[in-house]
Amino acid sequence: MLEKLLFGNLTLDAIPFHTPIIMGAGVFMGLVALVVIGCLFYFKKWTWLWKEWLTSVDHKKIGIMYIILAFVMLLRGFSDAIMMRLQQAVAVSPHLGYLPPEHYDQVFTAHGVIMIFFMAMAFVFGLINIIVPLQIGARDVAYPFLNSLSFWLTVVGAMLVNVSLVIGKFAATGWLAYPPLSELAYSPGVGVDYYLWALSISGIGTLLAGINIFVTIIKMRCPGMTLMKMPLFTWSVLCSMVLVIIAFPILNMTLGMLFLDRFMGMHFFTADFGGNAMLYVNLIWAWGHPEVYILVLPAFGIYSEIIPTFCKKKLFGYAAMVWATVVITFLSFIVWLHHFFTMGAGADVNSFFGITTMIISIPTGVKIFNWLFTMYRGRITFTTPMMWTIAFIITFTIGGMTGVLMSVPPVDFQLHNSLFLVAHFHNTIIGGVAFGLFAGFTYWFPKAFGFKLNETLGKCAFWCWVTGFYLAFMPLYVLGLMGMTRRLNHYPASTGWHPYLVVAAIGAAIIFCGIMFQLAQLVVSIKNRDKNRVTGDPWGGRTLEWSIPSPPPFYNFAFTPVVDNRDAFWEMKQKGLVNAHEPYQDIHMPKKTSLGFVIGILSGIFGFAMVWSIVWLSIVSGIAILACVIARTFNFHIDYYVSAAEVEQTERELLNRA
Amino acid sequence: MIKVRHIFTVLLSFGLLLLLTGCKIAVLQPRGYIATDERELLITAVLLMLIVVIPVIILTAVITIRYRASNTKAKYTPDWGHSTLLEIVWWAIPLVIIIVLATLTWIYTHRLDPYKPIVGKNKPITIEVIALEWKWLFIYPDQNIATVNYVQFPVNTPINFLITADAPMNSFQIPQLGGQIYAMSGMQTKLHLIADQTGCYRGRSTNFSGDGFSGMKFIAHVTTQAKFNNWVSTVKKSSKQLTMDSYNKLALPSENNKVEYFSSAQKDLFNDVIMKFMMPPMKNMPASSTGATCSK
Repeated sequence: MLEKLLFGNLTLDAIPFHTPIIMGAGVFMGLVALVVIGCLFYFKKWTWLWKEWLTSVDHKKIGIMYIILAFVMLLRGFSDAIMMRLQQAVAVSPHLGYLPPEHYDQVFTAHGVIMIFFMAMAFVFGLINIIVPLQIGARDVAYPFLNSLSFWLTVVGAMLVNVSLVIGKFAATGWLAYPPLSELAYSPGVGVDYYLWALSISGIGTLLAGINIFVTIIKMRCPGMTLMKMPLFTWSVLCSMVLVIIAFPILNMTLGMLFLDRFMGMHFFTADFGGNAMLYVNLIWAWGHPEVYILVLPAFGIYSEIIPTFCKKKLFGYAAMVWATVVITFLSFIVWLHHFFTMGAGADVNSFFGITTMIISIPTGVKIFNWLFTMYRGRITFTTPMMWTIAFIITFTIGGMTGVLMSVPPVDFQLHNSLFLVAHFHNTIIGGVAFGLFAGFTYWFPKAFGFKLNETLGKCAFWCWVTGFYLAFMPLYVLGLMGMTRRLNHYPASTGWHPYLVVAAIGAAIIFCGIMFQLAQLVVSIKNRDKNRVTGDPWGGRTLEWSIPSPPPFYNFAFTPVVDNRDAFWEMKQKGLVNAHEPYQDIHMPKKTSLGFVIGILSGIFGFAMVWSIVWLSIVSGIAILACVIARTFNFHIDYYVSAAEVEQTERELLNRA
Repeated sequence: MIKVRHIFTVLLSFGLLLLLTGCKIAVLQPRGYIATDERELLITAVLLMLIVVIPVIILTAVITIRYRASNTKAKYTPDWGHSTLLEIVWWAIPLVIIIVLATLTWIYTHRLDPYKPIVGKNKPITIEVIALEWKWLFIYPDQNIATVNYVQFPVNTPINFLITADAPMNSFQIPQLGGQIYAMSGMQTKLHLIADQTGCYRGRSTNFSGDGFSGMKFIAHVTTQAKFNNWVSTVKKSSKQLTMDSYNKLALPSENNKVEYFSSAQKDLFNDVIMKFMMPPMKNMPASSTGATCSK
């Protein structure tokens, strides 16, 4: 009784001591955490960590932390991927593979959730955070505290997913947790609860971040930067944030209703008592389809920055690019039904959604041609970011083609839920989003840290990723046509699928080498950082972020730039202008605060307590969150001024260093 | 670049080779007219899109090679960033292709609507399908028999599948005969198929439904009318009968089920299974439970 009161449903049985793979992973994660903590003690870095990072509201530091989270989650999500590929490569009858279904099902669910929410989303928000304020000539985002809070809510979501590995289990429902499978009747354990709380908490973080960046772009552009003079990355982020603001409330409400079903015995989506699972499927995709554009639009923006820089040529068809992005933004909200043509809607409804889907390929096609004609009559240098971009154009075109193919309902009836679908969306998400993020990471790394990444190792990583990608996913297209369904744990030998799955597993192994090269690249580059120091403008950039030192001072711009054209920095360089207007002035900056971090941790405790029904802890942490928010509201000392003298001194030092 | 294209070419030719020689590419080897039409549409759509995709891939290769920085002979126009004519061209070409594809989509989506009954020279057969945890139950209301994980029907005869679930959501598909449709509790969906060749075809659930999902497959055996009639009389000799009691036992979760025959099926069992979700018993329900009717 006392145990129940103290720990809710949590008992020692929740830890899977008898499952060596999980315990191995758990012990490994524990060891890594111990090493990190040990290092912090050994090098006496706790104060530094707290003051410079955990309580920071500097958009550049928050951006860097987002990207660290993304890389850690890439490793976790990729381990899941390797386990799945290995399982399918060996689980041909009479063998059942090494992962029993109840474990395998959690692995593919966790893979999807982690890669989308905590790898791709975190990476996108990391780059947005670092670059957007710099591109629009701002000193921080509109709401710096909110930015910190958004980040810590995302971290907490990611941590809940990882905690579920060792304490209890994760959802075994597929990454969108369709009811009635995700209802209490079919998923009685804590898996789906972990899923709900991880995504609800990080979903709130994402929504707040979306509002924050949107307001930043609308309100904080420097003088002269009208909407049609914004760099294209900022434009695509603006559209992406509109999608976040409209789509994420749908996600949170949908997950909320599923929670009410499970927790309060309601019947929104149950099979009986008038509940309707079709409602959930519609709602989750009304968020889910815009979500893929939330990811890919910023990636499109990254390519649009990289191509002009490395071709030393103006972006072709700027206005068309902007309008294409806006059209995609709008269309992405009226296509969601193409994820379930097979639900039995009539031919009129299916045709409508099929046709709206294929219309998206028109603006996307225009973008591809504009990129190609930016390269046409340019001077292309094959740096790593440019190589990712070229690989993207070819890979994404193929992915786009298979996407349009599946937007035709009768074709989709055959290919839906098959590995063809799996190949298609990896084709667009890896070929479109991941390649773009890696390109952007390499491109903007010197801006954030002041030194370049090692090019040779970068190219090794590139070739491994691209080769691995084609080897891993082209066989999946064939398997889809052969009738192989996704999420299979094992299959009969007579299907003839086995050889293709072996090839796919080899592809995954090559991608693994790519990831290892990326890590090696980071280590080597950091080690040799003094040899690779760069100035503010290492690539011959065109936009404002390159006009300031690398890494930028914490206030970014000593003088607010004034812009009168697109490619503002390029223009300045051409005309030999210097953006400086002495004398220096005081700069208004936000103060550090620990509340973002604290509220994040409390939300994590609240989520964990709700998952295990630990009543007292939910109440205590819930009240604590509320108290923190109220305390923040009454804190009027949230900003300060950097004196003109300090700015002058910092600028002089930066000048001398360069 | 050459490496990427090289790999792609190898894979493509490998794929083509398999298409030519392989005998297991279900979607490309239809055995019924719905699946045949779906394949034709798939191929037409691919060819239509290749009109843009192939030039894009060639252009990418040509442009990247020709305008590399080391090739100083190539023309360089750093400030050229707009051409109305060119932009009209590449808004127009995809637009035209999409108009053609959209028209095809509208026509074929209506023609191949899974809910549209197939008109054939033979009288259609109705088969009721219930997705259970984790097996398929087929009920032949007219023949008054039932089977598990095995369905047999005559060639060239339209089949009206009526589909529901007494389980998480599943999806019913026989790839060589045509597309799939979801199986959902408390609801009935329909799928109309026809086979034009005899043979054994794989069928399975394609929508993940829990731990036993991988074993949730069945054989669709298409035979002549005479063989079908013989088979029905064989099933009729089975000692098992499908009553509500035996159904409830069958509905309990189980994996990798063997084929089972039932010599008779209780009348309206299919509708009762749907209706039990519409009107679940209110008494004896634990207050906190969300679904006593689908308890494990």
